[in-house]
Amino acid sequence: MGQTLAEKIFASHLVEMPFENTWVLKLDRVFCHEITTPIAIADLVERGVDRVFDPGRIKAVIDHVSPAKDSKTAEQGRALRLWARRQGIEDFFDIGRNGVCHAIFPEKGFVRPGYTLVMGDSHTCTHGAFGAFAAGVGTTDLEIAILKGVCAFGKPETFRVDLEGSLPAGVFPKDAILAVIAKIGVAGATNKVVEFRGPVVDAMSMEGRMTLCNMAVEAGGTSGVCMPDATTVDWLWPFIGPAGEGEFASKEEALADYSRWKSDDDASYAGRISLDCSALEPLVTTGYSPDNVVPLRTMRGTRIDQVYIGSCTNGRIEDLREAAAVLQGRTIHPQVRGIVSPATQAVYAAALEEGILETFLKAGFCVASPGCGACLGMSNGVLASGETCASTTNRNFSGRMGRGGMIHLMSPASAAAAALAGTLATAADVAKGLSAPEPAKQEGTK
Amino acid sequence: MKELGGRLLFLDRNDINTDEIIPARYLNEDSKLALKPYLFEDLELPGFDRTTSLPGKRVVLSRANFGCGSSREHAPWALEANGIRVVVAESFARIFRRNMYNCGMLAAEVPARVVAELFDRFSGTDTELKVNLDSMLLRFEAKETGALEAPLSLGGFELAMLRSGGWLDFAATRY
Ligand code: SF4
Repeated sequence: MGQTLAEKIFASHLVEMPFENTWVLKLDRVFCHEITTPIAIADLVERGVDRVFDPGRIKAVIDHVSPAKDSKTAEQGRALRLWARRQGIEDFFDIGRNGVCHAIFPEKGFVRPGYTLVMGDSHTCTHGAFGAFAAGVGTTDLEIAILKGVCAFGKPETFRVDLEGSLPAGVFPKDAILAVIAKIGVAGATNKVVEFRGPVVDAMSMEGRMTLCNMAVEAGGTSGVCMPDATTVDWLWPFIGPAGEGEFASKEEALADYSRWKSDDDASYAGRISLDCSALEPLVTTGYSPDNVVPLRTMRGTRIDQVYIGSCTNGRIEDLREAAAVLQGRTIHPQVRGIVSPATQAVYAAALEEGILETFLKAGFCVASPGCGACLGMSNGVLASGETCASTTNRNFSGRMGRGGMIHLMSPASAAAAALAGTLATAADVAKGLSAPEPAKQEGTK
Repeated sequence: MKELGGRLLFLDRNDINTDEIIPARYLNEDSKLALKPYLFEDLELPGFDRTTSLPGKRVVLSRANFGCGSSREHAPWALEANGIRVVVAESFARIFRRNMYNCGMLAAEVPARVVAELFDRFSGTDTELKVNLDSMLLRFEAKETGALEAPLSLGGFELAMLRSGGWLDFAATRY
């Protein structure tokens, strides 16, 4: 009987099984940010075990609220900063060199096929795009991960998602993952690794694969995962090739080595769906649950107050290019507040160099600093009650971006179209110059 | 071991998420107790009013996929800060469930028909839950509607966490 990729990773990292269905795994990486880590650090200090298992395997970033917005978030940043210094964690990224955790760590080449990694953040599943097992954990698990370099999981069951056909023009990885979540539901993959396969994934960039894996948790998944291939090797080449750590002399050698980390053809799955992507159209969420997905065209005319382009889902350079292509030479609707947050400092620099930031600025967008920003409603773009946001993020929960606010999740191209129209609209609508319905009059003061 | 059981709070909905349990704007608090006043601040549910529904409650009863969303352990902490150490539901999101056991708290999965019966028969009454880890039984009791028993099924990991008080104490000595 063959094994899935997740089963292979579990088998190769097993420390012990203290109980039935409890796999304690050795960790290759532990990632940290300033919201969930300081409490773990404080507890370790209090217990008299202010240590880390291996400073080289721990990577840390200040990303959720950067710059700090108040004294409390300043203290959280300081706690992480001082800890990184005293523990000798060299890969620590602070303001001016930082970015959203799930964008910056892959950018630095920290994630490799076959790795196990955890972080105190539910979207850690993103890193599975590299053929790794990457899971979000709570503070207690994080604390033990920092101290001992292990974490416990249940049996690694896998839910297989075959993305068949090809993505039509104007349809993006975000639309594909929204379609998957709509199909299997918010708990459809609970306790399972979501394995993305098929020609659509094969043709997808690493950015696109990260968008898919990022939202695996929105279907309840423990980790997303894609099979490593030539695209993965290309991304990692600066780090694994002769110019980097020199682990491999050639890309062929790397590819051959990474082929260990693929599911066998006769592996068994706990669930499976296949989706014909050729039939997809731009999608959008409605309501407060990410599986509440409808065709964007059916929501045409829904008035919006803010557009947010960014986050670990869709704040990478490819996403910014996709949005800028729609915005090019146009200005956004006068009643819309447009905010774009390049996911990392490097994405920011690339967007600057490619003229993308200029497109955003001329269109009337505010360019915010790299980080989580409005995504979780802690800073930079909180909604007022009754306001609506067209967003490229991953969660539309009630109150997520501010109490009483409504978030519609969509691709960067669709978000850019909404910014231009002032209402929900497809990029094709905007390109055709289709005049979107007049925005409703602003309601009276609240 | 933490004390498990007590009066029930009925939250009749699927997919109650971590943002509803404790909104992100309070993730900058630096102590577990500081979360106490904010539990369920963004939860909008007919008949639920934080000021009157929460006091005296020790157990939450809910439907499917309770605790979905973020990895924040602030969710179980905010519950515990309010004296709630047990959640009974049809199913849980993985990280939330794990966080509960890591804190030595009980996330008890019971079949959908039991949950349905509990809501049908006990909603609106003053219901008390008794947890018996030796006989692995949950016993729900209210004056008006009598008692209902449901078997509790827990793995070795879960039992060890409840008995040892959580993953920290267990793992610290073992790895
Ligand atoms: S961008 Fe949003 S979802 Fe991603 S890590 Fe930051 S807060 Fe979480």
